[in-house]
Amino acid sequence: MSLLEVKNLKTYYYTLRGAVRAVDNVSLTLQKGEVLGIAGESGCGKSTLAWSLIGYVPPPGRIVDGNILIDGKDIAKMDEAALRKEIRWKKVSMIFQGAMNALTPVFTIEDQLAEPLIVHKGYTKEEAREEIIKLLKAVGLDESFLKRYPHELSGGQKQRIVIAMALILHPDLVIADEPTTALDVIVQAQIMNLFKEVKKKYNIGMIFITHDLSIIAEIADKVAIMYAGKIIEFGTSDQVFLNPQHPYTQGLLKSIPRIRSKEKISWIPGVPPDLVRPPAGCRFHPRCPYAMDICRREEPPLLEVEPGHYVACHLIAGKGGKK
Amino acid sequence: MSEVVFRAKGLKKYFPLRRSMKEILTLKPRRYVKAVDGVDFDIKVGEVFCLVGESGCGKTTTGRLITRLLEPTGGLMLYKPTRETLEKVSPKYVDKDGYVNLTSKLPKRIDKMLRQEIQIIFQDPFGSLDPRMTVYSILKEPLIVHNIGDSEEERREIIYRALSEVKLTPPEQFINRYPHMLSGGQRQRVAFARAMILRPTLVVTDEPVSMLDVSIRAEILQLMLDMQAGRNLSYVFITHDLAVANYLCTRIAVMYLGKIVELGTADQVINNPQHPYTKALIAAVPEPDPKNRFKVRELPITGEVPSAAEIPPGCRFHPRCPYAMDICRREEPPLLEVEPGHYVACWLHAKH
Repeated sequence: MSLLEVKNLKTYYYTLRGAVRAVDNVSLTLQKGEVLGIAGESGCGKSTLAWSLIGYVPPPGRIVDGNILIDGKDIAKMDEAALRKEIRWKKVSMIFQGAMNALTPVFTIEDQLAEPLIVHKGYTKEEAREEIIKLLKAVGLDESFLKRYPHELSGGQKQRIVIAMALILHPDLVIADEPTTALDVIVQAQIMNLFKEVKKKYNIGMIFITHDLSIIAEIADKVAIMYAGKIIEFGTSDQVFLNPQHPYTQGLLKSIPRIRSKEKISWIPGVPPDLVRPPAGCRFHPRCPYAMDICRREEPPLLEVEPGHYVACHLIAGKGGKK
Repeated sequence: MSEVVFRAKGLKKYFPLRRSMKEILTLKPRRYVKAVDGVDFDIKVGEVFCLVGESGCGKTTTGRLITRLLEPTGGLMLYKPTRETLEKVSPKYVDKDGYVNLTSKLPKRIDKMLRQEIQIIFQDPFGSLDPRMTVYSILKEPLIVHNIGDSEEERREIIYRALSEVKLTPPEQFINRYPHMLSGGQRQRVAFARAMILRPTLVVTDEPVSMLDVSIRAEILQLMLDMQAGRNLSYVFITHDLAVANYLCTRIAVMYLGKIVELGTADQVINNPQHPYTKALIAAVPEPDPKNRFKVRELPITGEVPSAAEIPPGCRFHPRCPYAMDICRREEPPLLEVEPGHYVACWLHAKH
């Protein structure tokens, strides 16, 4: 059984202007020990997708339709109390964007890390401390951090604490939303190395959400590219990075400047659509250099172009990909 | 060698820290954050000069010193005005090579002319444009301040031209919009138009693309290069992203804790880095290559940048440096030329 199975998930925000279709019919699966990277521009719905996976969509948003199966249980249908008790921290934990600010300034590191252990597992403070020390070592810190407050730590150290916190109840799935965006490049590389260690050691599933494809290439086994609330390309890292099929993915990859070559970079003209009134047909067609008639009328289905590699584009559909 | 438009010598900016009551009573001296602590560099005509470094290295402060949004604590800034401006400046402020010392006291009239020639573009196009002004009034403001254009029609024409230059066409469609009606990329174009409308010779761009989506960054970078065509325009490009620096810049200066540790052409610094810090920075840059997921990135250095209020003695990089020697703990290394045009401040490369 897959660790995570998302089926036709729809998460909308109900605003005065109408429903913002932030996540619109997204399906994906993740196996234990796998790392999935989700990439897209700002406003493509990638953070909303992450929040949906722990049943924590901020109002006025809510999950409208679809299933999120974790270990066979559908969390899209669970109520808040059950989510708190059974899912969050224990099964799925999350590292939020700007996680450095996710720590409470008035508690010591020990108190903050002990809380989930005491609440969820009924540990005493002493038992919790032992567990915390073990975990601090795993993220490259030592006991001296127990009595410190967040303001005494650097950005990288705080990020390590947040990662430790996400791992503390040994969840099956960790979701990281832009975990390195606010960090300097050297610290970012250190934290990515830590994620690689964690992946090896704990054999958990991870979802990495970022706008930076380079970060995804650092760790992900599978990659999903999102555009305007939909997954438009999905495949293994090698398939998506080395053989991108969707014009949007191709454009994104061509827009990244490289340090080890001076290749000319290009950009995707235009801006992502308003998700209250997304364009008819393929949502990418107003920016697509290959847009055809059918793209303006019909939405392309997600088709398999090679084993495990899915693309939603009429160019591919025309060439006879199979569903 | 091409002409130098701007020269900084021993440029310094210290920000005073507040003293606690205890420190005042015990007569402890005031402490300073040494944001920029003695940097020397030249900016050549027509180049893109890049200041690279991690947060807190003083790159933004340097940019603000160049545009004189901040008063330097010490050091010299020499600027070569255009010929037309030079004619209007009385000779006593100009040295024999045609440079004006920006750190000296200048009459207001001259000061204003020089400020017109050095402009800045900020990182955040959401914060740098007044939300209550239309694009038209945003672009008109600098014209009013610097007395450009005699009539409303003339100013309108200048504004239209500026908008078409940054490819916000047709201008009629944009002049009545407010910043919130524009996308991030369009806002940054307005910010460019506002700076370029004064025909500057030196433009400081402080992380102009880091707030933008990856897919449109290249568009703004290309715009910067297009603006240079047919003008004697030089850029100071401030960034933390070495890959962008490599793409755009002629020369790169790597800063660490208020000092330049390495300076050279983009090719020299990226492909033949000499300072251990530069090497680490380059090693840390991720690339969209899926092979990277199988290997742990080797980083020659550990730890993080210390606070600029407590700069380590000697070479400021020594606590993180894998090659730190005795002398590094005692003496600050000078910036020495290791090959033509390539400077490094490291005791590994200096005789001691």
